[in-house]
Amino acid sequence: MDFNDTPEEAAYRVAARDWLRQHAPAHELQPGTRLSDSEEVQRGRAWQKQLADGGYAGILLPQSLGGNGGTIAQATVFGEEETRFRVPKGAYVGIGLGMALPVIGKHGTPAQIARFAAPTLRGEMTWCQLFSEPGAGSDLAAVRTRAVRDGTDWVVNGQKVWSSWAHLADWGILIVRTDSSLPKHKGLSFFVVDMKSPGIDVRPIRQISGASDFNETFFTDVRIPDSDRIGAVGDGWTCAMTVLMGERLNQGGHGNDGSITDLIQYAADTPRDGGTALDSSAVRLNLASAYAEEQAERHFQARLRTMVSRGENPGASASIIKLAYTSRYQKLAGMALELRELAGIAHAPDDIATARIMRDYIWSTALRVAGGADEVLRNQISERVLGMPSELRADKNVPFNQL
Amino acid sequence: MNFDLSDEQKMLAEQMRGLLGKRATPQRLRSLIDAGQEWDEPLWRELGELGFLGAAVPDVYGGLGLSELDLGVISEELGRVNAAVPFFSSVVLAADAIGLAGTQAQKARYLPGIASGETVATFAYAEGSAGWSDPAVHAVLEDGRLTGTKSPVADAGVAGLAVVLAKAGGRLALAVVELEQPGVLRTKLESFDQLRAHYSLRFENAAATPLEGAAAARVMPMLMDRAAVQAAFEGVGGAEACLHMARDYAAGRKIFGRSLDSYQAIKHKLADILVGVELARSSAYYAGWAAVTGAEDLPTSASAARLMAIDAFERAARENIQVHGGIGYTFDANCHFYYRRERTLALSLGGRERWADRLIAHMPGRQGQGNARGREAA
Repeated sequence: MDFNDTPEEAAYRVAARDWLRQHAPAHELQPGTRLSDSEEVQRGRAWQKQLADGGYAGILLPQSLGGNGGTIAQATVFGEEETRFRVPKGAYVGIGLGMALPVIGKHGTPAQIARFAAPTLRGEMTWCQLFSEPGAGSDLAAVRTRAVRDGTDWVVNGQKVWSSWAHLADWGILIVRTDSSLPKHKGLSFFVVDMKSPGIDVRPIRQISGASDFNETFFTDVRIPDSDRIGAVGDGWTCAMTVLMGERLNQGGHGNDGSITDLIQYAADTPRDGGTALDSSAVRLNLASAYAEEQAERHFQARLRTMVSRGENPGASASIIKLAYTSRYQKLAGMALELRELAGIAHAPDDIATARIMRDYIWSTALRVAGGADEVLRNQISERVLGMPSELRADKNVPFNQL
Repeated sequence: MNFDLSDEQKMLAEQMRGLLGKRATPQRLRSLIDAGQEWDEPLWRELGELGFLGAAVPDVYGGLGLSELDLGVISEELGRVNAAVPFFSSVVLAADAIGLAGTQAQKARYLPGIASGETVATFAYAEGSAGWSDPAVHAVLEDGRLTGTKSPVADAGVAGLAVVLAKAGGRLALAVVELEQPGVLRTKLESFDQLRAHYSLRFENAAATPLEGAAAARVMPMLMDRAAVQAAFEGVGGAEACLHMARDYAAGRKIFGRSLDSYQAIKHKLADILVGVELARSSAYYAGWAAVTGAEDLPTSASAARLMAIDAFERAARENIQVHGGIGYTFDANCHFYYRRERTLALSLGGRERWADRLIAHMPGRQGQGNARGREAA
């Protein structure tokens, strides 16, 4: 066991740090400034282009996709160094790199790879994920949006939801039903779709945070050429799994112990009854427990990375991070508001720190649902890690159109 | 970066598991309790012969000279079977105290016996409260004589030696005391854990050998951190045993026409326990590594490992009985061993509050600051 860098990792870190010092400051977002969504995406694209120019855009992606074919250790080292800067990193870039490219790389044709890989890596092409529907969230295979073959095209009708950044994305990855006479997992196919196609209507959803970066996306007779199908007809579920496994491995680990360190300092600076909030043993226990858990998540993730670097598949163990992280995030934000006592109800306009914690507390509710709800993850962990029985599936082996 | 045990450490775990699976069975634990035994002496002798008791003792003192992580592997396996041996008292605490605070001559005198298992030692720091800093210690060491009361002291009924925390000239001091002498009165307490006996030790002018290699005030925090790491490993082993026990029981139990483990109420409960165990294990690995390398963040990482392990084992031990239902409340089921051991382990180095204080006091940028308790914990 060795938590230190190897000499190669240390050299890689030095080079990454030098490069970041030179290039990152010009791209940093100033704290407290509010950018519009489209400004933020523009800034994100520019940083991604910079990364591509520097050879850091796709550290883990294979060279066949224009990546570096690097190691998970290199990606981790670079990520650790990059988080020292407030550079714009959002789902608008992450979906393309973490979801679209892996699925195109694994199931796409050479022509599709040639067409999509380079522009995505350079931030010139951004992506959204068109998976969930009003009636298909955790039960993704229940999607009803359908595609019907028409000559060399497919004609798509239906509705997708929770498509983050769809209003600003260039392309989408899309799962649809192409044969409803088959059981639900079998009749699905996977496409990439140009978001400027006629018949696509993206409507922002007003979220409880006040933001509207999630969308409903309506498809009305949208024509997608068959050349934009990824994988074989009927292989949609396999493709979707490729995306979701990648999603799980990339979750969590935005480990930011700074936030708890800051909270401890904040507690020490908060006058309370003649002393400070940190005099309360309940406060100390809560903060220490949150810190311990956050560190444990980081170390657990490191164990998973070690497995991956040996070619082992951590499988459902990757769900552990997401399950632990999101609940801890919510608990910590709630606790932070209590630390602030009455400021947790209403804060001064210039109190940016409290405003941020309030946003975190709201956002944590989305995190516990998005990308694998707590309950789904617990099923996965109990079934695949502990070997407990699967849930009863009433719709198993029943043709979708008879459900 | 490599965040996994080495192949040798995995083999060590396998070897321990094989041995303990045969020797430290639940039937064996029950027979020890029924016979009023305070320990499994044959198992202890066997562990000694195989070298496990000297795993982390340097080879010049008769040990194997392995690392704190190897010791952690052993602690985890002992925790898994709830072994009735004074490993934590003798090997983890007393031997380490002598190793950290003794002179070369003192180490040469005491460590080989502990490493072989010939000598059983224990560590007597508490005086009612779990405090181990200045104001909590009243026993007095003067001119090689010890007077005072230490309580509770684990395994003192079977130990021949105790390393005792006292005050000498107003300062913290550590001394080795032979327990078989007229100035020592051992009173057995009613221990919650039926497989780990505790005593009150009354010293009246007892002959004591001060450990003179390093100042006790400097040694104590390090010793407690390193012991916290081992306690975390032991807790992880116990928690995982409870998890597997609950899973296996639920798999074989039918209720309302289906197996108990097919219910989400059970699946989700066990998934949460697994998350706790894996996070606690990750913390223990990191803290073990910090102990091996003497990393600066040993105080925070040991505290974190301790907090995570207490949480994980507490939940696993409680819910294990719950999943078993009524049968879990019987002496013939095996849940109770862990339910009792868990509390002992959670409290024996001081509970969550103390370790939270220690963690907060040693957070980056806070060294030497903090609240009154935090300073004490430092």
